Amino acid sequence: MDLALIPNGVQRCSLKRFVPWMVLWIALISWGLVSAFLCFFKGLNQTNMNHYFAFGLWIVFDLSIIALGAGAFFTGFLTHIIGEVFIYPFRDNLKAVVNAAVVIGFICYSSAIAMLGVDVGQPLRAWFIFWHANVHSMLTEVSFCITAYLGVLTIEYLPLVFSNRKLREIPEIDIFGNNLHHIIALFAAVGTFLSFFHQGSLGGMFGVLFGRPFAFREGFLIWPWTFFLFIHSSIAAGPSFTLLCVWIAQKVTGKELITRDVFNLLAKISGWLLATYIVLKIVDTIAWAYGVVPRAGMSFMDFYQGSYGIWLIIAEIGIFGIIPAIILITPKFRERNDLLIIGALMNVIGIVLDRFVFSIQTLSIPVMPFDKFMSYFPSWQEWGIAIGAIGYGILLFSLSYRYLPLFPQEAEMNPVQVLGRAVTDSGVIKRS
Amino acid sequence: MFPFCFEWAWDVGHIIFMGLLYMVLGAISLGLLYAFVMTWLKVTGRDKLFERLWIRFPITLW
Repeated sequence: MDLALIPNGVQRCSLKRFVPWMVLWIALISWGLVSAFLCFFKGLNQTNMNHYFAFGLWIVFDLSIIALGAGAFFTGFLTHIIGEVFIYPFRDNLKAVVNAAVVIGFICYSSAIAMLGVDVGQPLRAWFIFWHANVHSMLTEVSFCITAYLGVLTIEYLPLVFSNRKLREIPEIDIFGNNLHHIIALFAAVGTFLSFFHQGSLGGMFGVLFGRPFAFREGFLIWPWTFFLFIHSSIAAGPSFTLLCVWIAQKVTGKELITRDVFNLLAKISGWLLATYIVLKIVDTIAWAYGVVPRAGMSFMDFYQGSYGIWLIIAEIGIFGIIPAIILITPKFRERNDLLIIGALMNVIGIVLDRFVFSIQTLSIPVMPFDKFMSYFPSWQEWGIAIGAIGYGILLFSLSYRYLPLFPQEAEMNPVQVLGRAVTDSGVIKRS
Repeated sequence: MFPFCFEWAWDVGHIIFMGLLYMVLGAISLGLLYAFVMTWLKVTGRDKLFERLWIRFPITLW
């Protein structure tokens, strides 16, 4: 029924198999929509957030998916800026995955903004942050950058949408898609600028909290060290997340979508960035433990009590930091499929843990003499919105994979025979 | 926030912060405008002008 929409030269499952797959994710989205409706209708009392935990699951989820979505800007930066302006030997390899990275980035940022729309409590007043901007606030900078960057990602996504087989039959759309794709380097540059600042400001937002010594850091000019660490960790985790998503897509579809070289390259980039990040993170933690902590009149172990014990720092830096870095930078390890995926997955878990520690553990630690250690567990409505975002992501990625030429190497790697001849044109827009 | 808003102040914070935002929005708008204009030129058959305005990559910076 939808054969006319499927790209040339590739095979997709029947609509009968695709519809039940979609129903599953639509069910999750429905859970999210019911939860969002309750939050809008009854208010934020539907959540387990309170005066201690003004940031909850949604902020952890937002920070995590924004960090994981960094694969879009970083892959775009390496492919379109470094690759076009300078000589970059891996440019062609990254072109095989840049479309998927853009779709993943678009999913991450659009779902993050949708969740923030619920989190702000009064979405009708969300525009206040732009009109009555507090120019001294890191959060204002984040709001500006993520909304502008979602616009950039939409523009980067459009040429891909316009390369759909049916849409390409409309000459105006086809030409417009080509023209947008032709100047994609401009949008990649803007995206890099915006991402650099909002990834950093998300970390800087915690680093400037001088009343909370767990998160407070010294820094360079107006930027605390967490500003730079958040940028570094996001570009380390982004390519790993892209790698994982493509690997899952390969397993689900039963096809090879990109060559092994591309997986290796993503793992190598991610591994070296993670390794340097972990070294800097350890230096930062030691400097904090011997600098900020004693100056605040506290000891290191004062911060690791209750539900959020010392296991968190061991898990974040040791298990999900050092180990994946070793796996991903060692050629012998990353050439093994199982270790490659474990390394990328551990890298992703490590970054999610880091964002959890900064958002939740920071708020759980007492700051007044009469306060005690607090803990937080999200309500089903909070889970609903987070899981709804996952459902939306998988649904949009599935639709993009089915109807758009997402992987330029797919047709070549899985040739389809039509009347005895292999068809290899997947309809990818080629820059003239 | 625009300079004609009552909260606006001509200080470094506002100039850098809002200036960078408007630069970014300007770059995005210029890119979209270029794509629209080039599409219009191609669709209406103004091929000569289209060829003259077509940016060729890689751009040589030096």
